[in-house]
Amino acid sequence: MDQKYPFSQNEADRRQDLNKLTNNGKTMNIINIEHIAKIYQVGSEEVHALRDVSLKINKNEYVAIMGPSGSGKSTLMNILGCLDTPTHGIYDFTGVNVSQMNDNELAKIRNKEIGFVFQTFNLLARSDALHNVELPLIYAGVPASERKERAREALEHVGLADRVHHKPNELSGGQRQRVAIARALVTRPSIILADEPTGNLDTKTGEDIMALFNDIFELGNTIILVTHEEYIAEHAKRILRIRDGLIEKDETVANRYIPKKNGASKI
Amino acid sequence: MKNFLFELKEGLSISFRAIRANKIRAVLTTLGIVIGVTSVVLMSTAIKGIDSAFQKGVASMGSDNLYIDKWEWFNNDIPWWELRNRRNLTMEDYNKYKELAKLPVASAPTVWSTQTVKYKERTVEYIIIQGTTSDYINTTNLNFDTGRFFNELESSGGRQVVVLGSEVAKKLFPRGDALDQEVKIKGHKFKVVGVLAEQGSWVMGNFNPDNQAFIPIQNVFKFFQNQSFRSVTFNVRAPNSQMVNEVKEEAIGVMRRVRGLRYDQANDFSINQQEALLTQIDKTVGVIQIAGLFITGLSLFVGAIGIMNIMFVSVKERTREIGIRKAIGAKKSTILTQFISESAIICLLGGMIGLILAIILSLVINQFLPTSIQVDAFVLAVVISILTGVISGFAPAYSAAKLDPVEALRYE
Repeated sequence: MDQKYPFSQNEADRRQDLNKLTNNGKTMNIINIEHIAKIYQVGSEEVHALRDVSLKINKNEYVAIMGPSGSGKSTLMNILGCLDTPTHGIYDFTGVNVSQMNDNELAKIRNKEIGFVFQTFNLLARSDALHNVELPLIYAGVPASERKERAREALEHVGLADRVHHKPNELSGGQRQRVAIARALVTRPSIILADEPTGNLDTKTGEDIMALFNDIFELGNTIILVTHEEYIAEHAKRILRIRDGLIEKDETVANRYIPKKNGASKI
Repeated sequence: MKNFLFELKEGLSISFRAIRANKIRAVLTTLGIVIGVTSVVLMSTAIKGIDSAFQKGVASMGSDNLYIDKWEWFNNDIPWWELRNRRNLTMEDYNKYKELAKLPVASAPTVWSTQTVKYKERTVEYIIIQGTTSDYINTTNLNFDTGRFFNELESSGGRQVVVLGSEVAKKLFPRGDALDQEVKIKGHKFKVVGVLAEQGSWVMGNFNPDNQAFIPIQNVFKFFQNQSFRSVTFNVRAPNSQMVNEVKEEAIGVMRRVRGLRYDQANDFSINQQEALLTQIDKTVGVIQIAGLFITGLSLFVGAIGIMNIMFVSVKERTREIGIRKAIGAKKSTILTQFISESAIICLLGGMIGLILAIILSLVINQFLPTSIQVDAFVLAVVISILTGVISGFAPAYSAAKLDPVEALRYE
């Protein structure tokens, strides 16, 4: 695949965006979480999904979050993705405290700063690929002509230039996940949040998707990957292991698995 | 504001996609609204038709007229037996009134009788024969199809001449050659001197001039009934509508003299005005209107409940879609706008179909009843259907808007 940056003509914009996150050239954390806890009230019982979690993630990091089911991994992901707010503690996201924000403010943050990639793709079944990718731009208030252009571009760079008007049920699993990735990238978010992105794919296709993530990472994006599979987590540079609502381990991957750059244009 | 318009525009386009994707459901849902809007539009135009027919009928009587009568037309105060016990108004009374009253531009006595009219083998039964004088024509706004009203000579001479209403003429002379023919009324020959133009005010029934015939008043007394049988009504025309009250005041004074009433005796006659008729008509039409719109409103209400139901189902079914939309940045208001505009569009489509149906149906009904679809029916249909859509879509849309994205994404 041609190794130019997916949005090369907007490279200048991108640099400017990234500069916002630095202070006099010094790297600032995109994510700075301090002692957050999440408590659910189930009937008369309190469930502590997260007990006391602190963590920092810098720009252009590639982090995997691992943990068994019930570990609090999903709760952490929801909070990181601004889908939910912590009961206690402070979540500082791109220099903004989002832990006390209301629904509409969170929606705006999700729209502009976070690109979601889900296990089940979560595309709108009745809309074609282009409209699916356009959707976040619609909510951002981008005018029609510009957003069609940008959506088309994003699809092109995940290797789906010829599938623009296909609906999800006319696409393979791998292609659907590529549409979802294009949708996540199209707003040029600060982080890409991928929840088991290969969970519904066969090994070969999963590997292609991981190659695509690696490309995206190498172009300067920040990726947070939630998974329970060790070999998928090893694509990342850093692994956070969660258990019983606490970070059990925060480790750097010594022998990072780097997939072959074959993915994008192939599927 | 700009933001809201943008949201509305996108909401509408998203809604169009959703409706196209669920065609059958949209059609079924629309059906309720189609029926509702059809009936509301039809009912309102029918009511308008009835009202304008009434007004037209009244207008043909002349708007500056008074009717001096034994009977109070729209009486609410005087017991009916008191009215019955009044002395009949007679031709003598009329002649005295005519002599004494200075203000009216024209006046004429009328007395009616129901008779069968024949021409050769053709017969029309139960025709109201109005006995009157040649002045009668000056107290009305009647026009002629052919011929003329009987003149003063024919009137005072009690000649056997007749002026036919358009319906009567049509039945007796289908080929329109009534003029100068002789018809028989209760066996007596009358020469047709004129045929009235069609008045077209069906509401007045037999009192519509279309269904009447006019002859010199002496003939009524001579051939059909004697003078004391039925009280005479005086048709009095004021010079203009500003003068109506003065003419009325004068009439009261003159009539009290004519009837020889003492100062402490109540009037034994009534001065009727078509204003009273109009008031009565307005009341009647008002009642029809309320009852009609209430009943048709019910069908619209049922349609609205249908929309609400379907929208709730739709929201439930699309919980995951809502979750996705929220995750990638849709605000509450965005989701709310989307679902409300979806239901408004469904209703609007239904309203348009309903309007077309109503137009077709009104053309059919027009054969029996006067209806007229007007521009305001179009506006009514649009406003009602959009309003129904917005109101019945609100609760489902609100339930969609307040969904928690985490829960919604997990929904299977």
